[in-house]
Amino acid sequence: MRAAWEHFPHGADVGIRGMGPTKEAAFEQAALALTGAVTDPAAVRPEVAVQVACEAPAADVLLVDWLNALVYEMATRRLVFGAFTVAIDGGRLHATAWGETIDQVRHEPAVEIKGATYTALRVEERDDGSWLAQCVVDV
Amino acid sequence: MDLSLLSRKSDVEWWIEPHGRMRVPGIVFGTESLVKEMDEKVYEQVTNVATLRGIVRASYAMPDAHWGYGFSIGGVAAFDADQGGVISAGGVGFDISCGVRLLSTGLTRELVEPLKKRLADELARSVPAGVGRGGRLHLDGPEMDAMLAGGARWAVEQGYGMAADLERIEEHGRMSGAKPGEVSEHAKTRQRDQMGTLGSGNHYLEVQHVAKVFDPAAASAFALREGDVVVSIHCGSRGLGHQIGTEFLKRMVLAAPGYGIDVPDRELACAPIDSPEGEAYLGAMRAATNCALANRQIITHLVRRAFDSVVPRSQLTLLYDVSHNTCKVESHQMDGRTQRLFVHRKGATRAFGPGHPDLPPALSAIGQPVLIGGTMGTASYVLVGAGGSEARSFGSSCHGAGRSMSRHQALRQWNGRQVIEELASRGILIRSPSARGVAEEAPGAYKDVTAVVDAADRAGLSRKVARLEPLVCIKG
Repeated sequence: MRAAWEHFPHGADVGIRGMGPTKEAAFEQAALALTGAVTDPAAVRPEVAVQVACEAPAADVLLVDWLNALVYEMATRRLVFGAFTVAIDGGRLHATAWGETIDQVRHEPAVEIKGATYTALRVEERDDGSWLAQCVVDV
Repeated sequence: MDLSLLSRKSDVEWWIEPHGRMRVPGIVFGTESLVKEMDEKVYEQVTNVATLRGIVRASYAMPDAHWGYGFSIGGVAAFDADQGGVISAGGVGFDISCGVRLLSTGLTRELVEPLKKRLADELARSVPAGVGRGGRLHLDGPEMDAMLAGGARWAVEQGYGMAADLERIEEHGRMSGAKPGEVSEHAKTRQRDQMGTLGSGNHYLEVQHVAKVFDPAAASAFALREGDVVVSIHCGSRGLGHQIGTEFLKRMVLAAPGYGIDVPDRELACAPIDSPEGEAYLGAMRAATNCALANRQIITHLVRRAFDSVVPRSQLTLLYDVSHNTCKVESHQMDGRTQRLFVHRKGATRAFGPGHPDLPPALSAIGQPVLIGGTMGTASYVLVGAGGSEARSFGSSCHGAGRSMSRHQALRQWNGRQVIEELASRGILIRSPSARGVAEEAPGAYKDVTAVVDAADRAGLSRKVARLEPLVCIKG
């Protein structure tokens, strides 16, 4: 299957969902969906590469940790990311996030992400062998 | 919400009778139509909270309740540490001590109308709002810790605002028991450049006029008259609070099984109040509360400066500052005894009635101001804590309108620039760095705040004092 991301509705916040042929691809797509809550990921230039690493006892907790690591990098470096490469080895994730400094005019950022949550959290392999990674992010 | 699952106690009070693992009933306040419109998740979340160890009296939902994280937004629950009571990061929320403060300007709408555009531009220039906008104040090491321990008192000592402001802030401007050492370096780094910033989402700074007074005696005590201009500030503890919420939610999720806490929803993860995790969270959460109080105090200073540059010698007086995402230690009467309880209010406002010892002397006879935020295009309300509300809801009331539509839907329905033009045609000036942000926050995406406030009034949670309507709105 082709990798893709989308948003799903949640009362006050935003549901983000990534899908792909592998768990790694689904995590990359979920990260694009995270950016999509702020701005159009396609409009983000890959000018800076940030290394991210995290570790968690379960795949779904790892997704929350991964997204929260990105939220932290976005907030403290004032970056937005438009491309990701993720490697997962058991409970460990290593990734590179490509992006640029946020530009108020070009990116017109809609909201600041407060954090990824455990609401509607799912990381699973589907019947067709593809992977899904999703949760709600608080904005 | 399915009304057939509830017992109707009055027009505005509905009970979820204890069943399954519930230790206490659930009590939902609201008119039939408000309760019917509430998400089924509110029923589930109110029920889940009622199963938590050490909960006393009831698990409450205010009239603006909607689907939250573990607790519903609009959820109130009190816990007794002596009965194994718990503290929950989800029960406070990600934006710790998010709240509203209201300033009187001493100016009339008549005077401000011709200056409105200049005022809007000056406020937008002075108060950083939106994603990626830092403040001019940078805090490191000992200064950060001093702010986390001192709250608005620290801000006043640094020259932001006046000592007289402090008595008009919950906790007199400083939450005691804060432990800056329990706040991670990540949380502090996230806050380094964020003091005095508004943030984004539903946060705002509004210049409003008093459109209607409902309770002349209370309005007079609050120095509010029809035609007066006031300023509302709605924001919280910024990146620091968000990071603390994120970190402790995970810590509680991982620690809960070790305490024999088996919660039906991971977001409800909690720790015993008297546990290392519970005590660490309390210390960090109180530090984040001080961060929010300091942040609103600095913004107040920036607003005063902006007003002064447009209307020389204007005097903005703080009416009151409330926090609506909190957990506080309070004394309440339980079966004729005074009991010390940990009261969680997630998207709910403390609303103490007349005579409460925590109120400043000037407000003691009338009760605590309860500040309810609206939307850019509708209205906000000032209410006052009602006598007897402590017995009804641990002295709690609603906090705002609540969304009726997701951001996703709102974005499909509205264009930000059109929303700004439409509001301008009604005399409301919007200043925002993000048209998309404005579309997501379109007034039509929110519930009717008037219905929520009327229900809170009828349920005796707080009494309506005045309705405020926007003239200028600065959005993140």
